[in-house]
Amino acid sequence: MAEMETKEHDVIVVGAGGAGLRAAIEASAQGLSVGLVCKSLLGKAHTVMAEGGMAAALAHNRPEDNWKVHFRDTMRGGKFLNNARMALLHAQEAPDRVRELEEWGAVFDRTKDGRINQRPFGGHTYQRLAHVGDRTGLEMIRTLQDHGVHQGIAVYMECTVCHLLKDGERVAGAVAYWRSTGEFVVFRAKAVVLATGGTGKAWKVTSNSWEYTGDGHALAYLAGADLIDMEFQQFHPTGMVWPPSVRGTLVTEGVRGEGGVLRNSTGRRFMFDNIPPLFRADTADTEEEANRWVMGDRTKNRRPPELLTRDEVARAIRREVKEGRGSPHGGVFLDIASIRDPDYIRRKLPSMYHQFKELAGVDITREPMEVGPTCHYAMGGVRVDADTAASTVPGLFAAGEVAGGLHGANRLGGNSLSDLLVFGRRAGLGAAEYCKSLPSSPQIDDEQVKAAIAAALAPLGRQGENPYTIQNDLQEMMDRNVAIVRVEEELKGAVDAIQRFKGSAAKAGVGGTRTYNPGWHLALDLGNVLLCAEMVARAAWMRTESRGAHTRLDHPKSEDAWSKVNLVIRLEGKEMRIVKEPVPPLPQEFRDYVHGDKA
Amino acid sequence: MREATIRLFRGEQGQGKTVDYTIELDEGMVVLDAVHQIQARQAPDLACRWNCKAGKCGSCSAEMNGRPGLMCMKRMDSFEEGKPLVVHPMRTFPHIKDLVTDVSWNYEVNKSIPPFRPREGQPRIAFQEDVDRVQEFRKCIECFLCQDVCHVLRDHANHARFGGPRFFVRAASLEMHPWDQGGRLGLLKDSLGIGLCNITKCCTEVCPEHITITDNAIIPLKERVVDRFFDPLKMLWRRLRGAGK
Repeated sequence: MAEMETKEHDVIVVGAGGAGLRAAIEASAQGLSVGLVCKSLLGKAHTVMAEGGMAAALAHNRPEDNWKVHFRDTMRGGKFLNNARMALLHAQEAPDRVRELEEWGAVFDRTKDGRINQRPFGGHTYQRLAHVGDRTGLEMIRTLQDHGVHQGIAVYMECTVCHLLKDGERVAGAVAYWRSTGEFVVFRAKAVVLATGGTGKAWKVTSNSWEYTGDGHALAYLAGADLIDMEFQQFHPTGMVWPPSVRGTLVTEGVRGEGGVLRNSTGRRFMFDNIPPLFRADTADTEEEANRWVMGDRTKNRRPPELLTRDEVARAIRREVKEGRGSPHGGVFLDIASIRDPDYIRRKLPSMYHQFKELAGVDITREPMEVGPTCHYAMGGVRVDADTAASTVPGLFAAGEVAGGLHGANRLGGNSLSDLLVFGRRAGLGAAEYCKSLPSSPQIDDEQVKAAIAAALAPLGRQGENPYTIQNDLQEMMDRNVAIVRVEEELKGAVDAIQRFKGSAAKAGVGGTRTYNPGWHLALDLGNVLLCAEMVARAAWMRTESRGAHTRLDHPKSEDAWSKVNLVIRLEGKEMRIVKEPVPPLPQEFRDYVHGDKA
Repeated sequence: MREATIRLFRGEQGQGKTVDYTIELDEGMVVLDAVHQIQARQAPDLACRWNCKAGKCGSCSAEMNGRPGLMCMKRMDSFEEGKPLVVHPMRTFPHIKDLVTDVSWNYEVNKSIPPFRPREGQPRIAFQEDVDRVQEFRKCIECFLCQDVCHVLRDHANHARFGGPRFFVRAASLEMHPWDQGGRLGLLKDSLGIGLCNITKCCTEVCPEHITITDNAIIPLKERVVDRFFDPLKMLWRRLRGAGK
């Protein structure tokens, strides 16, 4: 293997979105050598697309806010399946992470008294999202990127990790290929942090980019790590529905945070008909009350039902469309034009204005948008230790969307960006501590490297099915069978179909050279996204109840017995095993304010 | 089904030729959709970059009928029907393959700019009107289209002694930050070569984020550089006060 390009670092971070960058910055600050490996160019990761803001109980706009209320909101939003320790750390540390970002150069929108402004969002009791118009993710990734490049981190751009190397039980590094040349590179490392984001490319109508093929989920699974909560896939209530070109493109929850209302074809604000008992006490029950809240009287009035959690809103929109009260192109109407003046809309929602104007020919300051649910976020992921982000494989860590636990059965909007910072930092620290405690460096096994390279090269030049066709078939099937509302028969059909797709993918072939060949890259990514699709379908089949983002038509109620278990997935031999394990208990001191009315 | 012809540059490292592809048109289709359709049905090895497909990430920059832009924001119906749409990679950067160029030079320039350095002990209070100016610059999505059209780079290949509009915007976002300690004017004058810009405003015109690059970033920075290094009265004043070095 003398001719192989090899890079050696203490820590390799896979993925350069918010979590990966924050992890790399932290591990580097601990004095370790860090390599940051990313599939795209630096600064283009999914974080850049995040719009509405990051949730942190800074209490700038509402002095009543504090971490306990944030913790409670997160647990209730997650329907109590969350890892309570993660939710606690997240709520406690998010404010410091936001302030730290400001010290590194982020420029948030300001309150009238000159502090970081916070906007309301679904499921958050108080207005809590630090934001920059509707481009908060861009602000965050650019700040981390520009801070990170001065920390001595080695950045490997357009480099895709295709295999994790192990030395016995522990991680020893990774095999990757340079997308531009198709040449392979071996990363030797004591610890690997996965920060690869989600799995949304298993669905057709999605807000996710080509990168979201569940690479980290699959790498961890194949390396023997546990994954949890894979049945919970978030469908964001508001994606664009027209024209077909942009179906699925995200419409920020910030539109509703700024007062936008949802109406069906009869003009009814149907969210008033969809307030679940859990949130009844916090939600306005008349349009008048909701309007007073939107116009600024937030202490005496309750939030509009448009700001219920995403699972509730997505289900309600689906029902309106299904029952024939949808918009002309199969969505519902989202109206901000009749609520706010044009200048305000253009200032607070500039990219929404631009996006609808350019791509749909709709002026959102004058007319309503058409929106419908779009696949958005994986709540499930690598099972991690809350404090260190360590997976169940020694030396393997995970942070951000690829990790599971924080969000339980449904994530609150705004909790993702704060998740990236809080647990990105913790993963960097955890990996650094692990490296320092290692008695000896793990060794690379050349046979593992050779096997990984041979597998990666197999599709090139092979006569086989077009990987784009397989991906499209998978996506259409997942949209039909494993979407917002699920039934046993369809889930079983999905598992069968995925087996067939796996057969095709194992024989997929692409022409061309190794130089920047997207067809080849997709053929490799397909293996990962198929594994993730299978995990989602199998776990969804097994969970015979409805909870959060997982709705079973054949089991419409939330069941007490299921409230106490996470589904854990792991590779045993060659089999995908799914087992029920108890949800980590909520300490008594927190039980009162999570289940009670007051924090 | 309506059809259109896309005339794409195919090849590696600048060597290659244009190839015509017939695509099926759909309502609202953008150029990136057409490229994806070609990838999926006709040429799976066709290289292009993309991520967000909503004008937020700046990955899919290319030159369409000679005009640089984001493929994800350019609708097919904005071009004349019946004529082939010619799509080429950005010309200012070394070619890798098909529509993909090597933009790594930009990342090297960025590294040379000293990071944000806020004054210690100052309360972190700033009013919206204090940060509006900086927020305009921070809208940049690093599509590098301004770099692509800048004639100092495009026609004169002055990459070694000129930072380009993107990094004047970046420097402006730091220098004009109310809490930053400044100190980048020497860099702007010397290695970033801001004096080479002769304000033709091509960068401003091409910016998909509508950042007023020339008027709001470059000209004020040029003025600061001139004040700092070339104003004889100010130089004398600084020398008398013992502040100039």
